[in-house]
Amino acid sequence: MKPAFSVLFFTVTSGIGYGLLMWLVAMQLISGQVGELQNFLMVGFIGLTLATLGLLSSTLHLANPKNAWRAFSRFRTSWLSREGVFSILYYPVILLYAYALYVNGGELNPAIKIIGAVSLLIALATVICTGMIYASLKPIRQWHNPLVTPLYLLFSVTSGALAYSILALALEGSLPYFVMSAFLILLLTSLLVKIVYLKSIGKPEGSTIGSATGFTQAQVRLLDAGHNGDTFLSNEFVFDAGAMKLLRLRWLMIILLFVVPLVLVVATYMFDVAPAVYLAMISLYLGLFVERWLFFAEARHVVRLYHGDQRA
Amino acid sequence: MKLGLVIDLDTCVGCHACATACKQWNTSGTIGPLSDQNPYGKNPIGSWLNRIRTYEVKEPSADPRLPSADPRLLSADQKLPQAHQKPPSDNQESSCGSQQFDLYALATKGESALSFAGINSATGAPASKTVHMPMSCMQCEDADCVTVCPTGASYKRAEDGIVLIDQDKCMGCNLCSWACPYGARELDEEQGVMKKCTLCVDRIYDEKLPESERQPACVLSCPTSSRVFGDFDDPSSDVSRLTIERGGKGLMPELGYKPTNRYLPPRETAQVPAMAKTKQPALSKLKKWANRVIAR
Repeated sequence: MKPAFSVLFFTVTSGIGYGLLMWLVAMQLISGQVGELQNFLMVGFIGLTLATLGLLSSTLHLANPKNAWRAFSRFRTSWLSREGVFSILYYPVILLYAYALYVNGGELNPAIKIIGAVSLLIALATVICTGMIYASLKPIRQWHNPLVTPLYLLFSVTSGALAYSILALALEGSLPYFVMSAFLILLLTSLLVKIVYLKSIGKPEGSTIGSATGFTQAQVRLLDAGHNGDTFLSNEFVFDAGAMKLLRLRWLMIILLFVVPLVLVVATYMFDVAPAVYLAMISLYLGLFVERWLFFAEARHVVRLYHGDQRA
Repeated sequence: MKLGLVIDLDTCVGCHACATACKQWNTSGTIGPLSDQNPYGKNPIGSWLNRIRTYEVKEPSADPRLPSADPRLLSADQKLPQAHQKPPSDNQESSCGSQQFDLYALATKGESALSFAGINSATGAPASKTVHMPMSCMQCEDADCVTVCPTGASYKRAEDGIVLIDQDKCMGCNLCSWACPYGARELDEEQGVMKKCTLCVDRIYDEKLPESERQPACVLSCPTSSRVFGDFDDPSSDVSRLTIERGGKGLMPELGYKPTNRYLPPRETAQVPAMAKTKQPALSKLKKWANRVIAR
């Protein structure tokens, strides 16, 4: 599949935004303390801005945006519709939570805790829906994989944890030990799941040109695709980055997304150089872009079988 | 009703008349226009609802890098009737009736896959065939393009099974085209909405047309009658009869979309014995050579 920048930016940025907001609310619910109200509002604002920027950029790839409002109408069947509904539903809930905290003088009470917990669940549901949009597409076996949705969720929560930590460092002057530990555990878990995922999409399986044409006993080869120019199908589905480039980018992804943040965070604690976590965040953000680009570039839609591929 | 098409891969000559007739009818039909971008320029591009590809189909080679027959890819409902599952008999002539199914036959371990497309490598005839394959919407029973649509623009009609797009509701997100394994959906860049085969819903129910013309444009235009339109729910219809008689098959059954359209495999063709090379004695060769030289 051809990677579209608007979709890469959307999934990466809104993933961080929702992850950040999840940690913000979760830490308040766990500790029962809100801390400086001003800092809470600041972090909340940044998280919501990231999520909103992502959502806005996702409407950029629509060919007919004037009908975008209709996208909330098929909640029962469409994961894209579910994502739209949850992402919009999130705003009133998180704003109500912030308002209630403000009115209550920065103190939690059971009612506010329930609102916070609901906002947490909606943010979680939004990220899961983003993953399921891809995981539900049967014609793309690299996406129709049980690890795709867990990876979307893991990357959102992992990047959110680091974003939460650097904002705490910037606003309060110290790194939150609990969230940083969680970040390290989540980062290593993501690495493990990603490696298992890459292994599983490397297996030769799925549809072949034989099952696509019905000639399951014969050897089939495309002679003529029926058109001598580009088509919507070839533009949309036939994207070849080259095996070597993909392999190099996989290593770049592992270095930027996992190795560099891990080394920098460990260095932060060992040598007490707190600013290194800012660099870790930049590296993680770039790494996520490479990861999302590869997620598209390595996905091979079965329509490619009608354009000359031998197997999916 | 379960309306759909049967496409005969034996007689299709790949002339693209169906695609052209489709474009001509539908650009001014209910879902029209079907726009083209840069139609007379260097890289013309446009929306088509039917595309024809040409394949070389030949005997599987021993090359392990190329995918061969894989029994896992066939779902239970695609298995052929019992009569056609008997092991290949040594006497090719006597089992001729079922040989045409060999092309689409179930691959089972130990079964010889030498005979297909009516060409038997044992006779020395080239075991390869050129097949033209037109593809439009398969009007799937489990159409994911409909379920993924967030706006409700894509829908499948309960009364006849035709999958359609409400042009006024589509927001052009492309997700339905991603969900379609057959490449049946194409975005109209001019209007920003998705287009697909309607099975000429604006023809087949039009009572102002003579009854013989109440068929999809592609079916009417096919010069070799390789396309047949009808109701698969009616066991006496042409499409049902042809599917059973010729072993019609849906594409990519392993994805579980339950496509309605069926493809008929190429028929068993008469075996033309290859001309035998006879050994000629050296003297007659010399005579022939001498005659040729003198004739000059």
